[in-house]
Amino acid sequence: MTVARTNCELAIVGGGPAGLAAAALAAELGVETVLFDEQPTPGGQVYRNIEANSRRHDALRDILGGDYAKGLALAERFRRSGAGYEPLTAIWQVSAGGKLGVSQNGKAYLTKAGRVILATGAMERPFPIPGWTLPGVMGAGAAQTLMKASGIVPDRPTIIAGSGPLTYLVAFQLLTAGAPLHGIIDTSEKGLFETGLAALPLLSSFAGDLLKGLSWIVALGKARVPFFRGRNLAAEGVSRLEAVSFDSGGRRHRLPASLLLVHEGVVPNNQITASLRCRHVWDVGQTAWHPQTDKWGATSTELIAVAGDGAGIAGARSAVHRGRLAALDAACRLGRISRTERDERALPERRAVQRENRFRAFLNSAYHPTEAVRWLADDTIACRCEEVTAGELRALISEGFTDINQLKSFSRCGMGQCQGRMCAGTVARLMSDSLKSDIESVGYYRLRLPIKPLPVAQLAELGNADRDSRPLLPVVEGDPSQRI
Amino acid sequence: MTATNAIVIGGGIHGCCTALHLALRGMRPIVLEKNTVGRHASGVNAGGVRQLMRHAAEVPLSMAAMDRWERLDDLLGPKLAKDCEFIGGIGQIGIAASEAEMDWCQTRVAEMRSLGHAFEEVIDAKELRRLVPGAADICRGGIISRRDGHANPFRTTQSFRLRAEQLGVRIMERTRVTGLEQGDGGWTVMTDSGVLRSDIVVNCGGAWAWQVAAMIGEHFPSTHFASTLMVTSRMPHFIDPVVIGIDRVLSFKQTEAGTVVIGGGILGDPDLNAETADTVADRMVVSAQTVYDFFPILRRATIVRSWAGLEALMPDVIPVIGPSQVARNLWHAFGFSGHGFQLGPIVGSVIADLVADGQSAIPIAAFSPARFSAATGTPR
Amino acid sequence: MFRRLWADDLSATIFLDGRPVLCRPGDSVAAALLAAGVERFRTTPVSGADRMPYCMIGNCFDCLMEIDGQADRQACLVTVAEGMQVCSQFGTGSFGTL
Repeated sequence: MTVARTNCELAIVGGGPAGLAAAALAAELGVETVLFDEQPTPGGQVYRNIEANSRRHDALRDILGGDYAKGLALAERFRRSGAGYEPLTAIWQVSAGGKLGVSQNGKAYLTKAGRVILATGAMERPFPIPGWTLPGVMGAGAAQTLMKASGIVPDRPTIIAGSGPLTYLVAFQLLTAGAPLHGIIDTSEKGLFETGLAALPLLSSFAGDLLKGLSWIVALGKARVPFFRGRNLAAEGVSRLEAVSFDSGGRRHRLPASLLLVHEGVVPNNQITASLRCRHVWDVGQTAWHPQTDKWGATSTELIAVAGDGAGIAGARSAVHRGRLAALDAACRLGRISRTERDERALPERRAVQRENRFRAFLNSAYHPTEAVRWLADDTIACRCEEVTAGELRALISEGFTDINQLKSFSRCGMGQCQGRMCAGTVARLMSDSLKSDIESVGYYRLRLPIKPLPVAQLAELGNADRDSRPLLPVVEGDPSQRI
Repeated sequence: MTATNAIVIGGGIHGCCTALHLALRGMRPIVLEKNTVGRHASGVNAGGVRQLMRHAAEVPLSMAAMDRWERLDDLLGPKLAKDCEFIGGIGQIGIAASEAEMDWCQTRVAEMRSLGHAFEEVIDAKELRRLVPGAADICRGGIISRRDGHANPFRTTQSFRLRAEQLGVRIMERTRVTGLEQGDGGWTVMTDSGVLRSDIVVNCGGAWAWQVAAMIGEHFPSTHFASTLMVTSRMPHFIDPVVIGIDRVLSFKQTEAGTVVIGGGILGDPDLNAETADTVADRMVVSAQTVYDFFPILRRATIVRSWAGLEALMPDVIPVIGPSQVARNLWHAFGFSGHGFQLGPIVGSVIADLVADGQSAIPIAAFSPARFSAATGTPR
Repeated sequence: MFRRLWADDLSATIFLDGRPVLCRPGDSVAAALLAAGVERFRTTPVSGADRMPYCMIGNCFDCLMEIDGQADRQACLVTVAEGMQVCSQFGTGSFGTL
């Protein structure tokens, strides 16, 4: 990272559709912009490795389809825009004052930004079932990432379980890639087919999307992939996955498998906004927290905006427009364009966002997450890092804990390496169910820096820290016995 | 209206312990906690159980507390005592990395001996390395208190809370005191969830205790601060004693879980009204550097979390323990200035003694609220 | 458990616990190891259970490994480099000198 990058007008975190669109537009409007991303190339997870895959690998293009290919234009416009780009870079803090903690190549820096757009996107909702920590159990999105990033596909008996469109998309893609797909277990209440058909007349402008979804199901049926509507899933095995068991049609089934891919929709990746104590709201339709934002993506924290799925799930197409709205607002606040220009340029973006919102509302009703947390058996691990089970948490709740942070402090759930990413939602749901209270009153883990683990050596050698920031109490200086 | 004979304001370790001891003396206390028990300094401190390098005035209290720590079973019963995760007798060591710091250790030990306290001793580099094999060559020796150790602060506070509840104490969480009035029938305590009546009140309000005092017109020059701690991922066991710096900013220990807790008084940014604090990367650098210099092993450790707990700070950095100077039947126990956790098991019993007998066997004159002018809030 | 759709360009070599693993430049360490049949990336410090990557995008931390001497690195976020030394992380990890 260059010294110049330790100061910028606009910092963007995340290189998916929202981040790329925001960075490109802001830079085109003359804002000095730097995009920080953990990945090696632009695209985020949805357009992962889009540049290289577009240049070669026709086979992969056929598997991933036309929607994926659309990411190339976004990456190209970003590359041309003149925005700064820091790939393979972790952001371990964002302060309310716009100070970013950056880690790259084994070194840490602080970068001061005039404004920050968080485009941290979504993550798959963790799917806690018995045995889900066994090797051989992964997210369906993880399998998709392996395909996009490295052209790697399963070659042993694979089962996909869960709900939501991505379940079927990944199944279809794996089928196309020739993976041995031995079953699909749909855990949703209603099927995509039924809901889709019922909603079709109301959603005529999305016929293309719906037909695409139906075509996946038709293809999977043609290939005779066994299909089940199942509940109470369990991953069985001693040291790795051996079989998947579930209830379906009034009895327990058990399918041998080497790989179980699970998916229960995606949730906003809100680690940074939570650490900033931005105001968050619990979205009942999506069963997830998201930061409260205005129509430009601005949060309750003055300098910080969120664009894309990180502000609430609406999908990749919407993310592009939400990224541009946040960029227009940033350019206006930074004095590059007038309010009038901002508002005029925003009109088509806003219309596109509204259109996508209609489709999203349909998806939310069709794919309400299947409440896996309500099935949580007492011996199911809720916190993967510290291996805290649902039963242990329920016992503590019955002792009188009413706030999620008390559970954390006592049981260490959420204290591990993932910093609560994998268990926050599960534990909050479990607690609110046990107490029969609102999820809002249970709260969220208190998060502070580093929001990605940071080696002590990097902190000790932190470049450009403010050495005059009065690290100590004045009263204890000079008298060691008063050391606290 | 709920009526009782004792109300304790503040559900930290001192509040829970005070309620517990009042209950042991036959009272039926109610603890009013605006958040949840152990939410601030009691639950999120470094967990040091330390006599080492304490202010001379605190030493008798601290020694009495250590007796209690070593007999937690008697007070809490075996299960709740075990939950505290107290480990004693491993020692706390102040590491000297310069001649000047070694000299300070000699002077300190001589002064403490002259006061009749022999629990601190100077150790040389050889003994330091025997106790702390991972210490770097720049560590020359230091000062040790061998009886010291550490405990899990949140779990300890929770154990005191549960024991108090077993003895009939009622804990009201998410209940904020909004006003205090004394009348002929005792105290009227206004809260955001109703009015209570009580014969006596004990103010264990931590960083907010001065606000409680102000409700009865008693003003303390209390400020607040947020001490920052950072925690590594679980590491292989490599150190038993707790280590603190002398001239350098450092305090660290390895917990039962294997995580290393690093602190030493680096300041976070407190927000008294939002009732939370942020940690500040710029300031944590100093602590990381000292860790890095003293313990090369930790260079490869990763910091997973940091936190900052809000705590009251008195101008003379020692607590306020004793009866109010402006009202009868109200006692204060706050202002521990960042080193109150070790005193947790004793202060409540001192308050119970004051309430019941009017005096304490442990010398506490130095902590009297009277050392500040009640009228102006300035030191006398 | 996994295969590569195309096996060309396996021109980089990393070492897992001393054994060479061929991989494609641009692969993440986690992808390269999965393609090579590795299932146990680490064991947990609590129960010693085996773990394999779950999310592949930096959230689950089940791919933690010791890479070029630094413990606790997320193998799904590190791009392979010629000669890179990768070690399975058992429990708390070895931290080099311990």
